Amino acid sequence: MAAVIETAELKKTYGKHEAVRGLNLSVQAGSVCAFLGQNGAGKSSTIKMLLGMIHPTSGTGRVLNHRIDKEKESLLIRQRVAFVAEDKRLYDYMTVAQIIRFTRSFFPSWNHALESRLLEQFELPPERRIRQLSKGMRTKLALLLGFARGCELLILDEPTEGLDPVAIEDVLQIVVSLAAEGTTIFFSSHQIAEVEQVADHVLMIDRGQLVLDAPMDEIADQYRHIQAVFPEPVEARDFRVPGIEKVRTEGRTVSLLASHNVDLILEHVRMLHAGSIDVLPISLKEIFLEKVKARS
Amino acid sequence: MVACFSWFDFAVPLCYLCSTVFRKPNPSSGVPIYVQLKEQVRHAIETGAVSAGDQLPGIRSLAETLVINPNTVIKVYRELEQEGVLEIRHGLGAFVTSRRRRRSKTEEMRDAQQLVREFVETLKAQGLDEGEMRRLFEAELAGEFQRR
Repeated sequence: MAAVIETAELKKTYGKHEAVRGLNLSVQAGSVCAFLGQNGAGKSSTIKMLLGMIHPTSGTGRVLNHRIDKEKESLLIRQRVAFVAEDKRLYDYMTVAQIIRFTRSFFPSWNHALESRLLEQFELPPERRIRQLSKGMRTKLALLLGFARGCELLILDEPTEGLDPVAIEDVLQIVVSLAAEGTTIFFSSHQIAEVEQVADHVLMIDRGQLVLDAPMDEIADQYRHIQAVFPEPVEARDFRVPGIEKVRTEGRTVSLLASHNVDLILEHVRMLHAGSIDVLPISLKEIFLEKVKARS
Repeated sequence: MVACFSWFDFAVPLCYLCSTVFRKPNPSSGVPIYVQLKEQVRHAIETGAVSAGDQLPGIRSLAETLVINPNTVIKVYRELEQEGVLEIRHGLGAFVTSRRRRRSKTEEMRDAQQLVREFVETLKAQGLDEGEMRRLFEAELAGEFQRR
């Protein structure tokens, strides 16, 4: 499989603030890739660089084989990639029907069937002005305009923010449908549950750096939470084994976050004469909290 | 309204199996979604919900109904094909293979189900609640899975 998004040592600084600090990303064609991180972690800056909307301070990248730091090429990127921005900015004075007609005219591969289906499913009133739409409706409209463009790559920045659970499920179902047609989807999100549901790959960034880059199945397969109780008090330095991401000790108990190598870690824990050992599955949310907390 | 022929028409799930036999996997259980779905397919065969020769839902409709990644469905079908449980006929879909062993497997599962039921009753009699049982089971299964 080919990479549709690739970056090498991508950096962005605003004055003294380093928003993105040397990102090496790779997103494979046909995947649904989630891009996770806290507010201010650098997600939106990264996305804007990928689309050529802001210039990287250093480093480089390619989207659909076009250089993101070359102005002419980044124009091609914006033609070939559907993007739904976080702020869902739309022309307020247009009606729903007008903005659809307006947007449609730019894109020859517009998906008319999807457009009418979404208009109905999202219950968008065609004659209403955009300034009179609720926040949820604006989001749905922005997503409709992005989904119907018929692009091979779809980049979504916080697509489901402000939507109710029913609308979220609708949006995820469309993501799944488009993925089934071969569209690559790269989306940032705070909603970890929805990521776990539809993504097949997860990229997690914290303070502008990649802290996790793994297939979803591998995460569920290999990440474990290990709890053990020992006869004597233990310290964090007793647990230096490859695969242990995080150690928390309290007197005679320890809690470990393992990313792989669980067998060897368990052997090590047994060698320290642990009385009871529990191995528990761990959700992406817990991994996220651990990864982010570990650094703050 | 615009054209009414659509690639979505056949995406609107026609398959009754999608919603009656298969349940939405629990993404936060720690068990990969593909493993959960694989178990569901196996379970459907073992309980007789689908039998030898039956066609399974298409990749797309199953992915849409369960709202999971289509690559996950592909992975499950492919692995089950390798295990001889399914047969993929090109351009037609996935079918349950006919094997004699099924009958005894169904009985085996029924017996196991009975054992689990009795076990749960015993634990309940000892005063354990649902959450506690679930934790013990999950810890035990996760441990078992790791040891192998």
